[in-house]
Amino acid sequence: MGKTMAEKIFSQHSGEDARAGDLVIARLDFIMGQDGTAPLAINSFNEMGGEKVFDPSRVAFVIDHSAPSPNEGVSSLHKLMREFALKQGILLYDIGHGVCHQLIPEQGHVLPGDLVIGADSHTCTYGALNVFSTGVGSTDLAAGIISGKLWFKVPETIKFLCKGVLPPGVLSKDLILYLIGDIGADGATYLAAEYCGEAISAMDVEERFTIANMAIEMGAKAGLMEFDEKVNKWVAGRAKRPLRPVFADPDAKYVEIRQYDVSQLEPQIACPHTVDNVSPVGQVEGLPIQQAVIGTCTNGRINDLKIAARILAGKKISPGVRLIVAPSSRQVFLEAMNEGIIQILVEAGAAIVTPGCGPCVGTHNGVPSDGEVVLSTANRNFKGRMGNSRASIYLASPATVAASAVAGRIADPRPFFL
Amino acid sequence: MLLNGKAFKFGNDINTDYIISGKYKFKTLDMKELARHVMEDLDPHFYEKISEGDMIVAGSNFGCGSSREQAPLAIIYAGVGCVLASSFARIFYRNAINTGLPVIECDTSKIEEGDLLQVNLEKGIVLNKSKNREIPITPLPQVMLKILSDGGLIKHFQKYGDFKFD
Repeated sequence: MGKTMAEKIFSQHSGEDARAGDLVIARLDFIMGQDGTAPLAINSFNEMGGEKVFDPSRVAFVIDHSAPSPNEGVSSLHKLMREFALKQGILLYDIGHGVCHQLIPEQGHVLPGDLVIGADSHTCTYGALNVFSTGVGSTDLAAGIISGKLWFKVPETIKFLCKGVLPPGVLSKDLILYLIGDIGADGATYLAAEYCGEAISAMDVEERFTIANMAIEMGAKAGLMEFDEKVNKWVAGRAKRPLRPVFADPDAKYVEIRQYDVSQLEPQIACPHTVDNVSPVGQVEGLPIQQAVIGTCTNGRINDLKIAARILAGKKISPGVRLIVAPSSRQVFLEAMNEGIIQILVEAGAAIVTPGCGPCVGTHNGVPSDGEVVLSTANRNFKGRMGNSRASIYLASPATVAASAVAGRIADPRPFFL
Repeated sequence: MLLNGKAFKFGNDINTDYIISGKYKFKTLDMKELARHVMEDLDPHFYEKISEGDMIVAGSNFGCGSSREQAPLAIIYAGVGCVLASSFARIFYRNAINTGLPVIECDTSKIEEGDLLQVNLEKGIVLNKSKNREIPITPLPQVMLKILSDGGLIKHFQKYGDFKFD
């Protein structure tokens, strides 16, 4: 019997013939914590009697969720992280470096065939690079950085076979929102997802990150993609270790294979207050918005900013709308400056905030007011997510958000792509 | 281990932002302070209403969303004895076991708000004393049972210095 990508990665990292359902203790290639989870992990590390991190070059802390610090409480937790990082010699990406899930792949820390944990649920993002990466809590993180290992239940795999090519103005974000709406917020719980097919192959790596990023929103433990020439090219020059890509065997066993034809897909919107409450844009078109957000680990990459700039060039956002843009990393920010994208966005009326998580998690950078409607490129629209439970959050692609910021209401971006 | 408490009912897809909002969790590691805000966006008075040992009873996908371990910790520090749900999101489930919060997967559809419940982890049974009905529990994997019986992963590591499941 053949193996899925997940079974192969767990076999390689546990030294066992790992099959779905097996419990294994597996070696970790990289471990990441951020400012919402690392402070608690430091506490756990100390309580567990941890003295030394197993390998400082394989552990990174990223200060991105509330960065720069908005208050003294956060400041003291940031300080705790800085002191721990200095003492242990681990990597620290301080404020302004960007969102962890952009930085970790961008800096070449995660490579095809790796097994990675991060104390952040969207750690599944690296699946776009053929990495089994999954979110854990702070205590699992602490156990990982002490021992370099973690126990796992090898998951069964569900395959999403996406045929056809997305129409103009319909982006990878629309596809993943559609898939989540179709399968539900717990449709892939305890499973690894494999996303493949012509539609995925046609995407560049940056677009693929958006899909893998949201695997957790269907409950999946990881969202894996195939290794191909595009991935190879993307990691070349970043990789500091050899690549060990894995390929699913043709006779691998899947719990389900779901087939989709994406060639007629429309732009999608996730409506309040769950990510699986998804409709085609036409059903919510015209709804007035007060705040638009472009950024986050889902859609703050250079291709996302380019798409926004394409729509906003020479235009002004609607007077009733605030547009907040958070580039996903310093490198993305610099690239966007060099290409004139930042100029276009700012001239259109955007407020640019520090590379990082931006207003996504409700700690700073644009908490909405009571009754306001926010349209965001983020990955979660839970009530209160952005810091006010009396606001409503809708999720969409950067094209839809940019087009809507101009219109002042939720708008179909496809006219900009004719 | 016998757990006794009153049921507080919630729906499906109770995410970790509802359990403890991001606007609080980034500020402090004081779990007693975080506990005061547990479930606040769903029920602003939840913390005041519950007594030590009371139980959260929910539908499917409890704990979906972020990986914040502050979620099970805020529940523990609020005095909640355990969480019963028809299913749990994966990361929350691990975090709960790691922090020593019993998470009980069972059919919660017949449990009503205020029902008096008794959970018997060894026997794998929930007794709904108000309805005089027994509900079977989906057994925990051995590894998790071991971590939970050690009092969580921190205590497991204190004891063994590594993962030890044999």
